[in-house]
Amino acid sequence: MVKKTIHEINGKIRDGSVNVVTAEEMVDIVGELGAEGAAKEVDVVTTGTFGAMCSSGVWLNFGHSEPPIRISKMWLNDVEAYSGVAAVDAYIGATQQSQSKGMDYGGAHVIEDLVRGNSIDIHGISPGTDCYPRKVIDTTINIYDLNQAIMLNPRNSYQKYNAATNSTNHTLHTYMGALLPHNGNVTYSGAGVLSPMHNDPNYETIGTGTRIFLGGTQGYVVGEGTQHSPAAGFGTLMLKGDLKEMSPEYIRAATFKGYGSSLYVGMGIPIPVLNEDIAKATAVTDDDIVTNVLDYGIPSRDRPVLRTVTYGELRSGSIDINGKEVPTSPMSSFKKSREIANELKQWIRNGEFFVSMPVERLPRDTACNAMKQTNANPHVMDIMSSDVTTIREDAGFHDAAKVIMEKQFNHLPVVDSGNHLVGIVTAWDISKAVAKDEHNLVKDIMTRKVVTANPDEAVDVSAFKLDSNNVSALPVIDSNRHVVGIVTSDDISKLLARRH
Amino acid sequence: MMIKINIAANIVTKPILAESILETGALLNISQAHFDPTRGEVVAEITSDQFRKIKDSLVSKGAEVLVLDTPISRDEEECVECGACISVCPVKVFSFADDWGLEVDSDKCIQCGTCIKMCPHNALTLGH
Repeated sequence: MVKKTIHEINGKIRDGSVNVVTAEEMVDIVGELGAEGAAKEVDVVTTGTFGAMCSSGVWLNFGHSEPPIRISKMWLNDVEAYSGVAAVDAYIGATQQSQSKGMDYGGAHVIEDLVRGNSIDIHGISPGTDCYPRKVIDTTINIYDLNQAIMLNPRNSYQKYNAATNSTNHTLHTYMGALLPHNGNVTYSGAGVLSPMHNDPNYETIGTGTRIFLGGTQGYVVGEGTQHSPAAGFGTLMLKGDLKEMSPEYIRAATFKGYGSSLYVGMGIPIPVLNEDIAKATAVTDDDIVTNVLDYGIPSRDRPVLRTVTYGELRSGSIDINGKEVPTSPMSSFKKSREIANELKQWIRNGEFFVSMPVERLPRDTACNAMKQTNANPHVMDIMSSDVTTIREDAGFHDAAKVIMEKQFNHLPVVDSGNHLVGIVTAWDISKAVAKDEHNLVKDIMTRKVVTANPDEAVDVSAFKLDSNNVSALPVIDSNRHVVGIVTSDDISKLLARRH
Repeated sequence: MMIKINIAANIVTKPILAESILETGALLNISQAHFDPTRGEVVAEITSDQFRKIKDSLVSKGAEVLVLDTPISRDEEECVECGACISVCPVKVFSFADDWGLEVDSDKCIQCGTCIKMCPHNALTLGH
C-alpha cells in the first residue's frame, strides 16, 4: 500500500522533483501502471473547470468617506449590491441586474469590470445617524481604490450538473442557454474528466482550507457550498479568493438571453495522491460520470428525467432521446478547463503552489431539501373553468361566433375529429374575419400555436405564461391533448382579489 | 448570395413575395421567415445573376432588400470556446476541433442569428 504525506509532496515541490499530471493524463497512467503504480509515480493530479457559476459574488470595502456614511442601499454601475453590513461594506452578487440596462448588464459585469481595472460609478444612500451623518454618496472608483475585494462564492464547482432539454413546442431561454422546441438540443455543464470534485468523490483532500486555483490566482475552499448534496453526487464548494489578484482570462461575465447575468469562473483543485485509492479516483473518465437529462419544459422543481447519460455521451456531440439524435452543447469550456489544469500543474512544478490538507472534512451526508412552503399554492385545477365549450376546426366561423355569443366568453378552443386541441379562436379573430368580409372556416381564422396549461400546474406558472406570451387565456389539457378546462387572466385576477 | 427582405406593416398582408417570384421567375430559396401584424422579415438565398431583378421587383412593391454579405463573425477575445452555439445552429457552422477549440465554418452560415442569442458572452455578430 502506497502512503505519502502532504509534507513529503510539498518537499518534492520545493526541491523540484514533484511529478504532477492533469486528471486527463492520469486516466492513461492508471490504465498502464494500475492504481498502485500510479500512486507511486504521481504526486499531484490537477483538475479544472470553467463554466457559469451564478452563485458568485464579491465582498467590497470602500473605506470611509468624509463626512462618514453608513450605507444602507447602494448601486455599482446601477447594479444593486447588498450593503446592510456595517457602514462601507457591500456584497455584489453575479446575477443582480442593472436597474437601467436590465439583463444586459449585471453583477457579473461589474465584477469583470473591476477585474479589468475599469472605473465603476458608485451611488449609496443612508438614513443618516449622529455618528454617520452623510445621507448620499456618489463617487467613481476602481479595484485599486478598494481596501478589499474578496470573492466569496457560496456555491461553486458543482460535482456534476443535470443536462437540459425542452419538450414543449416553443424555445425556452434558460440559464442552460436556449433550449429548442421538441427536444431540439441538449445543453450540459461541467468538465467531466477534469471535474474537480469528481476526482476526489470521497472528499479526502478537498475540504475546508484546501488551497486551490481560483480566477487565475490562489484561493481557498471555505467549506461545503450551499445546496451541497453529496449522496446524490451533487456536492458543491464555497470558495474565496482575492479579486485584486484575479485575471479576466478566468473571470468572465456572461448574459443568458431571457435569464440574465452569470459569472464564468475558472477554478481548479490539485489532488495530492496520498494513496492508491486516491490515484484510482483520479482516473475517473467521462464515461464513468452519469447525469440526468431533464425536461426544462416542465416548469417545476421536479423536472422529469428523460434519461440518464454519461459525460462521454454528452461530449460526443449528440445523444439519443426517444429514438431521435439530438445535438448537444456544453455551456462550460473544456478548452479553458484544460488550460486551468495545465496552469495549475505548471505552478506546482515551478514551486509556486503548495498542496494542503483540509482542516475540516466536507460533510458527506447532507441533502438539498425543497423549500418549506407554509402558504397554500393554488393549482390550475383549483381555479380553472371546467365548463368549457370547444368547436371543431371544420366548423364555419359563424358557428364559432354563435357559441361565443351564447356562452358569453371570449376564447373558444378548437379541436380535431379526435377531440385533440389544435387551435384557439377568440372574439377578436371573428371580428377580424367579419371586418374583412371573409367567410372562412374556424381552421382558417384560428391561432394554431396555442399556449396551454396543465391541471396540476401552479397558478404562478400560468400567470407567467399569460404574461410572457401576451395572451389572456390558456386551454387546460390532459396528456392526450383533450381540453379539460380553461384558465383566463380573469380567473387569476379573481384569485388575487380573494387573497387580499 | 443571401438577402434579407424587410416588409413593412402596411404591406405585410399582401403577397408581394409570390408576385415578385412569378413576375421575375427568380428562384428564391427562403431559409428564414418571420411575419407578424407589424412586420415581415425573410432571409433567402438567390443567385447573383437573379438578384437585381428580384430586388427591383420587391422594392417597387414597397419592400426593403439588404444583401447579407457578411456571415457570422466571432470575437475571439470575448469567446471562451464553450461551444454553446453548436447545438442551436441549424446548418452546423460550429464544431469542436481536436483540441476542443471552436471551429467556425462561416461559409455554411445562413445568417439566421440563432447563435447570437445563444452565446453567453456576446461574442457572435452578423455583419449587417
